[in-house]
Amino acid sequence: MKSLGSFRRKFAPWNDPQAKPFIAIENVTKRFGDFTAVDDLSLNIYNREFFALLGASGCGKSTLLRMLAGFETPTSGRILIDGQDMSGIPPYKRPVNMMFQSYALFPHMTVEGNIAFGLKQDGMPKNEIEARVAEMLKLVKLEQFAKRKPHQLSGGQRQRVALARCVAKRPKVLLLDEPLGALDKKLREETQFELMDLQMKLGLTFVIVTHDQEEAMTMSDRIAVMDKGKVKQVATPAEVYEAPNSKFVADFIGNVNMFEGTVTAAQDGKINIDIAADKMTIRTDATRDCSVGQTVGFAIRPEKIRLSRKEPANSSVNAAYGELYDIAYFGDMTVFHVQLENGRIIKAASLNAVRTVEDPLGYEDMVWVNFDTDAGILLTA
Amino acid sequence: MQKLIGSVTSRLVISVPYLWLLIFFLVPFLIVLKISLSQVATAIPPYTPVLDITAGIRSLFNGISQFTWENYVWLVEDPLYYKAYISSLVIAAVSTVLTLIIGYPIAYGMARAPASIRPTLLMLVILPFWTSFLIRVYAWIGILKPEGLLNQFLMWANVIDTPLNILNTHTAIFIGIVYSYLPFLVLPIYSALEKMDYSLVEAAEDLGCPPLMAFWKITFPLSMPGVIAGCFLVFIPATGEFVIPDLLGGSSTLMIGKTLWSEFFSNRDWPVSSAVAVVLLLLLVVPIVLFQRSEAKAQESEK
Repeated sequence: MKSLGSFRRKFAPWNDPQAKPFIAIENVTKRFGDFTAVDDLSLNIYNREFFALLGASGCGKSTLLRMLAGFETPTSGRILIDGQDMSGIPPYKRPVNMMFQSYALFPHMTVEGNIAFGLKQDGMPKNEIEARVAEMLKLVKLEQFAKRKPHQLSGGQRQRVALARCVAKRPKVLLLDEPLGALDKKLREETQFELMDLQMKLGLTFVIVTHDQEEAMTMSDRIAVMDKGKVKQVATPAEVYEAPNSKFVADFIGNVNMFEGTVTAAQDGKINIDIAADKMTIRTDATRDCSVGQTVGFAIRPEKIRLSRKEPANSSVNAAYGELYDIAYFGDMTVFHVQLENGRIIKAASLNAVRTVEDPLGYEDMVWVNFDTDAGILLTA
Repeated sequence: MQKLIGSVTSRLVISVPYLWLLIFFLVPFLIVLKISLSQVATAIPPYTPVLDITAGIRSLFNGISQFTWENYVWLVEDPLYYKAYISSLVIAAVSTVLTLIIGYPIAYGMARAPASIRPTLLMLVILPFWTSFLIRVYAWIGILKPEGLLNQFLMWANVIDTPLNILNTHTAIFIGIVYSYLPFLVLPIYSALEKMDYSLVEAAEDLGCPPLMAFWKITFPLSMPGVIAGCFLVFIPATGEFVIPDLLGGSSTLMIGKTLWSEFFSNRDWPVSSAVAVVLLLLLVVPIVLFQRSEAKAQESEK
């Protein structure tokens, strides 16, 4: 396991200009009548990468996946897998296998039959098929269910059969369409780690479509955040969360307090923003270029905001005073909603590191919120 | 009290189909069975004994003691009957296969058509029912007869020189049955195909299966419940069919429905024709039971 971990740590082929992408999506557009599902999209996905396409429903992520599988043909642009142009190659001749959101298990075949299906199509000798099926059953821990039909299995077991069926053929790329969507929360979390282990063990390239950002963050090496057929940002989970490149991405991933204001000063690597609506001044160590007078966005995550009854040392910047309006207790953490004078709600989260707190904050308490100059994100797009 | 009324109501509702079958199926069947065990007589009604419940138990028993298997023995002895039965079964079987060959692609096409035009297609399949069955079969005489529309067209198109002799042959019966019973086969297959998850076919293709093979290995097996239902819905009524062989098949056609008709109306032999009907029913009970079993199995696998 240690070697896998160190591999994972060093794994960043997208930063290596020499690395050749395993899947190259080049200026792909897909239209359905008047509707543009995928709009002039380009992406590189590398060998052995766990790549997530993340977006709300209708953003084009599933269409893109179906184009990789060959069920849809790009209106323009092309897709290369392992250097080979996929144009005109039907699904049954592509080196990819897809796991369907509905699992699409063949109801008239047993678990064994389902897993062996793809192998039979390849004309694999019977004894090899048997060996491979047994291996797959072991991999997904379903040995004793080999003779069952899909309708005799639980949701989690069906999901594992679907997974075994598409990895049985040892494809170069595995496409997963919302693979955990039908599972309950606990099972989903377990399965996420199983999927990651499996991907490492088999050394496959995974492309996963999901609308669940937590799922994408947990499992993938990189995430492509999609909106209206376009990729908004492609980056590692940490980059997408901590350094979103646009208001859309900042807002889409995780919880965020979003401000809009005017730049009043930009010097010494610090930028001052006047948030007129909330009577706040924000000072931030921003690396982004912007000029005085420009309207910019500023995003700060709730867990980076501190709450206190006492006025902070420098309350003229990065601070606001308000009333505790709502308290959402999650066990591991608590999210406080602080209402400013103008009605604006600021979300602040704090980890419940100790079991009991003396004099805890309560409803209608007056509190200060404040944060550091390096806590937030300046957004110009 | 509320509960009691509720349980009485639900019992009443459940009893409706049973009452219906009792009054309109079981009682008439018992009457036919009784007549089949009677003897022909020149009287009104034309058989004996006539059971009269009002005349007391004694005369009832007296009547029952006169029951005879003679008519059934007669059915076995005279080759006309079993030939008619076999011929009916063969004609029904061939027609069912032909209907399936024509009906399956229609059902498949409908199920794969855009969802917006499916109701229209469904309407078109049902539309012929708006005209009387008898009239539609009659119309085929006008099409198939030697100087009919079909021959006129084929001769005009220089495909043939002399008129084809279709009317009054088995071919005409097949055409009539296929035409008349097509909707009964198309609808169950359509409903089986329509509810099938198309991603199953995509999954098969994804696993390396070319489209035709995917149809054979996935779509067709999954439409089997519809195919079986459709085939029985054609085969069972076609076996006892009377109108189509009578109008299109001519006098030489041997089908049990026609035999039954002539026994009843021409010979006025009610007991023998009743026996013919009872045997026909018993013959069809076998496929009906098979049909029921496959339905139950299909329902089980859907759970």
